Amino acid sequence: MAVLEVKNLKVEFPTRRGVLTAVDGISLSIEAGEILGIVGESGAGKSLTGAAVVGLLEPPGEVAGGEIILHGRDITHLSDKEMRKVRGAQIGVIFQDPLTSLNPLYTIGRQLTETILTHVRLSPAQAKDKAISLLHEVGIPAPEMRLNAYPHEFSGGMRQRVVIALALCCDPSVIIADEPTTALDVSVQAQIIALLKRLAKEKGVATMLVTHDMGVIAEAADRVAVMYSGRLAEIGAVRKVIDEPKHPYTVGLMGSIPQIGQNLKKLPNIPGAMPRLNTRPIGCAFSPRCTKSQDICKIKIPDLSPIPKENRHAACWLYQEENEYA
Amino acid sequence: MNMHEDLMLDVQDLKIHFDVSSPLVTRTLKGLPKSVLKAVDGLTFSIVKGQTFSLVGESGCGKSTVARSVAGLYAPTSGEVLVNGDVKNKGVKSRGRKKGSRAVQMIFQDPYASLDPRWRVHNIIAEPIRAFGLAKDKKAEKFQVDTLLEQVGLSSDDGLKYPHEFSGGQRQRISIARALSSKPDFLICDEPTSALDVSVQAQILNLMTELQDRLGLTYLFISHDLAVIDHISDHIGVMYLGRLCEITPKSELFKNPLHPYTKLLLETIPDLKGKKSRAPLEGEVPNPINPPTGCTFHPRCPSATRRCIVEQPILRPIGKSQVACHAVEEGR
Amino acid sequence: MILSNLESKWAGFLDHDVTYSFLHSPTAIIAAIITVSFFILSFGAPFITSYTPFDPGSLDLMDGFIPPAWTSDGVAEHLLGTDGQGRDILAAIFYGTQVSLTVGLLSVVLSISIGIPLGIIAGYFGGITDTAIMRVADVQLTIPPILIALMIDGVARTVFTHSLHEVVAIPVLIVSIGIASWPQYARISRSGAMVERKKDYIAAAQLIQTPTYLILIRHIVPNVFGPTLIVATIGVAVAIIIEATLSFLGVGVPPTAPSLGTLIRIGNDFVFSGEWWITFFPAFTLVLLVLSVNLIGDWLRDTFNPKLR
Repeated sequence: MAVLEVKNLKVEFPTRRGVLTAVDGISLSIEAGEILGIVGESGAGKSLTGAAVVGLLEPPGEVAGGEIILHGRDITHLSDKEMRKVRGAQIGVIFQDPLTSLNPLYTIGRQLTETILTHVRLSPAQAKDKAISLLHEVGIPAPEMRLNAYPHEFSGGMRQRVVIALALCCDPSVIIADEPTTALDVSVQAQIIALLKRLAKEKGVATMLVTHDMGVIAEAADRVAVMYSGRLAEIGAVRKVIDEPKHPYTVGLMGSIPQIGQNLKKLPNIPGAMPRLNTRPIGCAFSPRCTKSQDICKIKIPDLSPIPKENRHAACWLYQEENEYA
Repeated sequence: MNMHEDLMLDVQDLKIHFDVSSPLVTRTLKGLPKSVLKAVDGLTFSIVKGQTFSLVGESGCGKSTVARSVAGLYAPTSGEVLVNGDVKNKGVKSRGRKKGSRAVQMIFQDPYASLDPRWRVHNIIAEPIRAFGLAKDKKAEKFQVDTLLEQVGLSSDDGLKYPHEFSGGQRQRISIARALSSKPDFLICDEPTSALDVSVQAQILNLMTELQDRLGLTYLFISHDLAVIDHISDHIGVMYLGRLCEITPKSELFKNPLHPYTKLLLETIPDLKGKKSRAPLEGEVPNPINPPTGCTFHPRCPSATRRCIVEQPILRPIGKSQVACHAVEEGR
Repeated sequence: MILSNLESKWAGFLDHDVTYSFLHSPTAIIAAIITVSFFILSFGAPFITSYTPFDPGSLDLMDGFIPPAWTSDGVAEHLLGTDGQGRDILAAIFYGTQVSLTVGLLSVVLSISIGIPLGIIAGYFGGITDTAIMRVADVQLTIPPILIALMIDGVARTVFTHSLHEVVAIPVLIVSIGIASWPQYARISRSGAMVERKKDYIAAAQLIQTPTYLILIRHIVPNVFGPTLIVATIGVAVAIIIEATLSFLGVGVPPTAPSLGTLIRIGNDFVFSGEWWITFFPAFTLVLLVLSVNLIGDWLRDTFNPKLR
């Protein structure tokens, strides 16, 4: 059974020029031990999806519809206080910049033990032991020595490990990681990805990995959801989506990523840019840039529908027709 | 033919050191020594006219400092930077020295910080034209700006707008138009696409290759992304802690990497094909204020020996490449 | 053609985010109405009231101590009553507000014109220049602005003869308050300049050999000026209070041309003998004026730079 289920999620920003729908009906689910990658360009709504799930949308953004179900419990309309409890106990959150998640004035030992003590019933000594074991688990050498160190005494990669340790304090069953490796160098990136993968496999954590980096997705995720202008374009097993993308946007996106040894004079690219939220076309948001666009694309938004004989879904009229005649 | 006539850029033993000591009073009270950050420590490389040379490395390796110094924004501590045969930037710090020149311009990483938010795009692009007196009147200036806007894929109406009305990719196009407006021969591109989305990155990279072909530009390209580097470069220099580990033609770097650090970099880039799982290498780039002795890479190097801890390797030609590594030199 | 152009400009203005934010902030609207009324009433005083409270010749001691119009002893000609010398309180408040606003605005203009250039120079060049300018500012910040203004005023009093002093009193006040509060503007524009100089558009300007003074004028000043000006709005309120304090202490504007502070001081002598209105109404005006200017300043700051909140 899915640990986390998102059904038809809508995130809206009421502005005086009308309501902007930043996330427009996203449905997805994550199983225990699975890493679901959410990939998309800036403005596609991927980070907002992550923030909505953990109740950390910045106002005036709000969840305007849909359901978020954690272990069969609807957490969509919980109060801030209840949501904070859920975040502490069941969902761990990791952000791009480790410095914003850590308090520069407290030692990391204090930050870890305080988080543990607020959510779990343990004696201070037990909490300290737990903090040490967490730091050990995320691969920080000599954790007993590092408990009294302040965040600035750690390097970027080590800081991100501390943030992951913080997210793991209460043995969460879900981790939401928003661009966890973007601020890090490639060699360190590899270490953090390996850590996230290990947590998913060994502890059965359901992980939502939000990133713009297809390379990170290719390496870490089991399944991937490609977002475009607030909607899912395609979702399916990571190898399928990367190797044989179905949605024309995914096809274009994959083609535009330069790869070593390709030796192309010109990179294939998608002309134009993703529409701004207030200038979204009526039909499929990708249709103005799409080379395979048909008449119906400009009128009606395609639903996310299964592709026959393949365990994946795409939101494109190309495949909906196939369905009808199949 | 003289080799030097072919060179757009010739950098000889470039060193850029920054004084990062605490203020004098604090230093005296706490008895701290003066500390020097050797951002760039003895760099020698050259770029042939019309080609693209890339510097690649992790953050803090000094690649951006090299770019800014070649552009003339930083004075080198020692060494020489020759652009088109002229000594442009010598190891002398003189206050009155003018930075930059018409023939060398730069494209920056952050499209949000590289355009003055209070200027209209037309004026931003016209600023270099005015500074070097390249247009005889307003009409000629407008013509030049409009041509540049069209050249980078924008329209002349866009000149009336302010930077905040554009997306990141469009701003980067404006930045390119500004850099081209003084009709330079040599462009320094400091991570021009790393703040952009991949599909926009592809557009900008294509624009840059197209402009290079049309205008015969020479590029010094800085990036941390090996795939981008592979796409755009003719030659590549791999930097680690302010020094060059390896200079190599692009074909060699990816087929036949020599320096252990180059190999590490190649192993750690995420592979879209997912065929290999990269072995995460332990450790991170050390603090450049207090770098390791000998070869600065030795603490992370799988083939380090005692010699590496004591003796700093220098670049030596090996095949088509130049490599600074004792292990490679000894054939280990 | 011209009309439609104007119309579209007006429509654009109405549609602007700032206009929207203003129209949706009742506090800002009320504060703005009050402030604008103060400007109209004070600078238009000669056209609004026939009383000339600053002209001793027009005063009649027999009119003294008349309470406000709605009390049993009040008269309709003097809505808020009169003071001991027969001055109409309402007219005195109009003229006094004029003095307070003039001193407040001009002293802030002076502070800004000292503070912004020094701050920008300190922030842009850094190093010893920065240390020199900002240490002076720090030292001055340790002394309360009132004391500095008192000191400058004291010096001015010894330099100018008594008869001349009446003429130069207001300029001296402006200069003393202006000099007393430049450091805060220097601090704000310094941090602004430090942020801007690191941005790459400055590097781009350097690469085309733009002389430093032009970089400062064309790029740094326009980008630093706005945020500093917003803080300056609140500075006007502070300057008005300093002026009122100095005048209350008797070292500000002379009693012949009373500001709000002077009026409060004059009235203060009569509080315990029952003539409360002489001091109450000027004090109330001062509170209202300072409050509304402050609220406008707060709104400007929140609208243009939400991060400072």
